[in-house]
Amino acid sequence: MKQHAQWETSLFELIRRTSVDLPPDVEQGLRRALAAEKRGSRGRWVLETILENVQKARENDAPLCQDTGSLVFHFHVPAGFDTNALSAVARVAVARATRLGYLRQNTIDSVSGEAYETNVAHGAPQFYFEQCARSTVDVRLIMKGGGSENVGRQYSLPDGRLQAGRDLDGVRRCVLDAIAEARGNGCAPGILGVCIGGDRASGYEHSKAQFLRRLDDKSEVKVLARLEDRILRDSRLLEIGPMGLGGSATLMGVKIGALSRLPASFFVTVSYMCWALRRRGALISVNGGLKRWLY
Amino acid sequence: MAVLTPRRLNYPFTPEQVGGLRAGQFVLVSGVVYTARDRLHKFLFEGGKSPADLKNGALYHCGPVVVRKDGHWQVRAAGPTTSLREEPYLPRIIKDHGVRVVIGKGSMGKVTEEACAAGGCVYLHAVGGAAQVLADKVVAVQNVFLGKEFGLTEAMWVLELKDFPAIVAIDTHGRSLLRRVQNGSQRALRKLMDAPERFVP
Repeated sequence: MKQHAQWETSLFELIRRTSVDLPPDVEQGLRRALAAEKRGSRGRWVLETILENVQKARENDAPLCQDTGSLVFHFHVPAGFDTNALSAVARVAVARATRLGYLRQNTIDSVSGEAYETNVAHGAPQFYFEQCARSTVDVRLIMKGGGSENVGRQYSLPDGRLQAGRDLDGVRRCVLDAIAEARGNGCAPGILGVCIGGDRASGYEHSKAQFLRRLDDKSEVKVLARLEDRILRDSRLLEIGPMGLGGSATLMGVKIGALSRLPASFFVTVSYMCWALRRRGALISVNGGLKRWLY
Repeated sequence: MAVLTPRRLNYPFTPEQVGGLRAGQFVLVSGVVYTARDRLHKFLFEGGKSPADLKNGALYHCGPVVVRKDGHWQVRAAGPTTSLREEPYLPRIIKDHGVRVVIGKGSMGKVTEEACAAGGCVYLHAVGGAAQVLADKVVAVQNVFLGKEFGLTEAMWVLELKDFPAIVAIDTHGRSLLRRVQNGSQRALRKLMDAPERFVP
């Protein structure tokens, strides 16, 4: 790949921005959540602290959250673009961002228990590549912390315990169970990504891909949009509230997608994203120049 | 924030001071705390010698982002991590070391409630993800232990805090704000499960 340095600069800037500056739609979601909490309540105190934190991270040019998470890059590239070179330069950018403290040393060898100094290791960062018809590269980055990752769940329907059958109300029951089980532990008020169908692996992948959607959008599938609304309303009544300390802002959003499935399988996969939905994107020209920011 | 009246909690965290706290109260913590994560808990649980005296001390469940600048450690981000992972280790550590305050985030169960009641300890809940607001409350990095062995994220950092905000989640009587919230949400969940909707594609 030519213009290696320019590519590295653009991808580094994407990482920096994702770590320190929450996207506007998520910050707006936090403000809406704040308005829902009573004055003098714990929930309101939590959200005021969170909003102050968002502001400070931007001003201090420092990570919003110390768990800078796993880094997942989604690339759409023109036909024939060298994706090996692209992932190589992204790894260089990740290593530099780690050295400069935009990312924590956050990658552990699962066998030896040793920490990697650079966050570059087998399986880290993660890359998804797809070909697109444009002449520019579309890159989106999500950073997802471990606390929220740990509360994700997968259900196989029918589920006797939840009386959840193979229909959309069955899906609702599973998702409500996941919210109740997560409590505040994923750092509420979070955002849910849900996948109906798929297999065990693609279900998680598609549920997480929902986090690429803007917080204020709705599913284009009408019935899924209704399901998203209903679950969001239900979540308020659970009164889990910000950080699980009570209140109505249990979630900021519910995003549901669907994949086809086998006749024998009916998975419902729920991924939880903490309030700090660190998601940024950019259009980058093939020579590495940053053209414009997405989100 | 101004509407919740804060109570002050200053190091050393004496039994009298800590015993006066009630679940649900808002506190501002000042003084020395020790960061402790997964590896340190396992280490102490298995009888490892603590590099610092934890009596009347506080453990902070936190893996900070720390950089070395001009020969000094600088905390760049320092919010709480999920405490539940340490629950299996905590009762023994509280008992053996006389720990009086545990700061973290997220739900804790009966095991911690009982350990707090038995050991005169409180579990304080900080705001998860508020790494910048909370890093500002770190006025000094006094020392770091076990950095080589556990890595910088899992090391035991000796931090001096000033007015670090948190909510008392479990008090020395074992009463839990988190249990109260959970009981409420379980009741609401049963109602919502009994209110099905027909979603027609």
